Amino acid sequence: MDGFVIFINQIINGIQVGSIYALVALGYTMVYGIVKLINFAHGDFIMVGAYVSLFSVPLLVRMGVPAWLCIVLALAACALLGVVTERVAYKPLRNAPRITALITAIAVSLLLENLCMLLFSSSSKPFPTVFNKSIFNLGGVQFNSITLITIVLSVISMILLQLFVKKTKMGKAMRAVSEDGGASILMGINSNTTISITFAIGSGLAAIAAVMYCSAYPQVNPYMGSMLGLKAFIAAVLGGIGIIPGAMLGGFVIGLVESLTKAYISSQLADAVVFGILIIVLLVKPTGILGKNIGEKV
Amino acid sequence: MKLYVNQKTAYRSYVINLIAVVLVFLLLKGLMSAGIINSYVAGVCMTVMINIILAASLTLTTGLLGQIALGHAGFMSVGAYSAALLVKHAKDSGVVLSTPDGITPAGYGYFLLSLLLAGVVAAFFGLIVGIPALRLKGDYLAIITLGFGEIIRVIIENVKFTGGAQGLSGIPRLASFDVVFWLTALIIAILFAFVRSRHGRAIKAIREDDIASEACGISNTYYKVMAFTMSAFFAGIAGAIYAQQMAVLGAKTFNFLKSIDILVIVVLGGLGSLTGSIVAATGLTILPEALRSFSEYRMVIYSLALIIVMIFKPSGLFGNYEFSLTHLLSKLRRPKSNTPAAGGESKQKEVTKA
Repeated sequence: MDGFVIFINQIINGIQVGSIYALVALGYTMVYGIVKLINFAHGDFIMVGAYVSLFSVPLLVRMGVPAWLCIVLALAACALLGVVTERVAYKPLRNAPRITALITAIAVSLLLENLCMLLFSSSSKPFPTVFNKSIFNLGGVQFNSITLITIVLSVISMILLQLFVKKTKMGKAMRAVSEDGGASILMGINSNTTISITFAIGSGLAAIAAVMYCSAYPQVNPYMGSMLGLKAFIAAVLGGIGIIPGAMLGGFVIGLVESLTKAYISSQLADAVVFGILIIVLLVKPTGILGKNIGEKV
Repeated sequence: MKLYVNQKTAYRSYVINLIAVVLVFLLLKGLMSAGIINSYVAGVCMTVMINIILAASLTLTTGLLGQIALGHAGFMSVGAYSAALLVKHAKDSGVVLSTPDGITPAGYGYFLLSLLLAGVVAAFFGLIVGIPALRLKGDYLAIITLGFGEIIRVIIENVKFTGGAQGLSGIPRLASFDVVFWLTALIIAILFAFVRSRHGRAIKAIREDDIASEACGISNTYYKVMAFTMSAFFAGIAGAIYAQQMAVLGAKTFNFLKSIDILVIVVLGGLGSLTGSIVAATGLTILPEALRSFSEYRMVIYSLALIIVMIFKPSGLFGNYEFSLTHLLSKLRRPKSNTPAAGGESKQKEVTKA
């Protein structure tokens, strides 16, 4: 039964990493759905979130508040950063060629990385313990509380997000703007506010992901966001970019594939396998697993 | 409006441009022998030329065909590794490639042979990546090329004959300034000719409207794959030059940030403008070097400059404009005859160089 236990452990690992990917992928997918922009700076929002929580934990502890409240501060900081980035860098380019906005997003990402390197140096900093780490044992399968919290917290965030998008007026406005920006303006929707709120929510989710990621791998450095962001972005595309359940599905698929490849094939080839799956899915179903095929009008 | 389409003006423009290239070459050589350009600056010049070839080759896919490709570094690495392995093999089997006085004729021969091999291997990869990938468009094509580029990198890092994660070292330095300068000029000339040929026009038609061009009898798949493969071919050559200039190769160099660097050059120069990408390649290579004394701030300045240019000039520095020396000269000689509107002017330029 030993092999089986290892397998289950890998599955649990995969779900843990996958739920972090899913949270980040949600940010990519929501932004893409509404402004059709691949926000390359999203990965760096995670990094900013990680730094904010890194510096806020000692303050919170000194004030006598539980350390996990750093999530709230990180969330607020990232949401603000997302909105400011959108207003300053992306909004002037809304009607420009798509590639221009893409390059701007890349430039914002470079700017954030290098600013953080300038301010906090490029060396990795240890991340303080935010959640108590206790280990559970369930019939030989071991998992710790951080795994559990990560999975639970991300599932809760996803459910809340789904409820927000489906049930509230703002969510309805978001769906309308992503379907047809021009028509939604005619219907009296303030599309600028809606886009800002989308950026705020997406970046906020990145902040939650940042705290979860740093609890699992307790290191913070200016480049931590780029690979994590890239994987999450692939997850978003895999599930069907612009589709919220697709991002969650894609996140879990990438997480599972990655941890199983690392365990059973080779840890160096994990990235190649992830990209290979992406390529195969895109070739078979170009709009992603849950994507709808929209015919082209002449 | 007067159109210059006859043979004579075409030849005249070739001669004028050739003279200009020779003048630039003589100027650089003169500065080198006078000691004003030291070996460090000469090295920067080589990097500029490599970047010019890379940017000009990506212009085929991104500017001319209008598709975003994020895997250009993959083709560059394939070229770099195939050239490096060839010349290393030649060196190990006892061919004298260079003496302390300089590169031997055999060295020059192997250098050119390695460039050809690099181009062909990269073009082959471009073909096998392009045929499936080019079924997709826009952002999806960007992502799939990114995926292919990363896969190429991971494979290079994990197979034996490329030196794995440690990379290759001890590659003979066969890239000499003179040869690389003329190669760059030749490649630019070929690309200009290609853009203005019937194939180039077909690819432009696909960029403007793929459905309409298909209806006009242009085979979309054929021309898309052609542009992509050519672009990979020249990226491979650039990689080969890079390998024989640096003498060491590591797969990490060719990650997706390298692809982005090349794309940034192309977009900053102006999509669809070859001269724009040449200017941008020169500028963006020199800028970080010039900012070396503020090395802590240089990437911050670089990224801020990029954001500002993109916001205030979304079409890039040159837009669609192509700088034409022939046209500039005729403008200087006959300032009166040049009164048509701006739109007409750019059309005139296109024909002048044809």
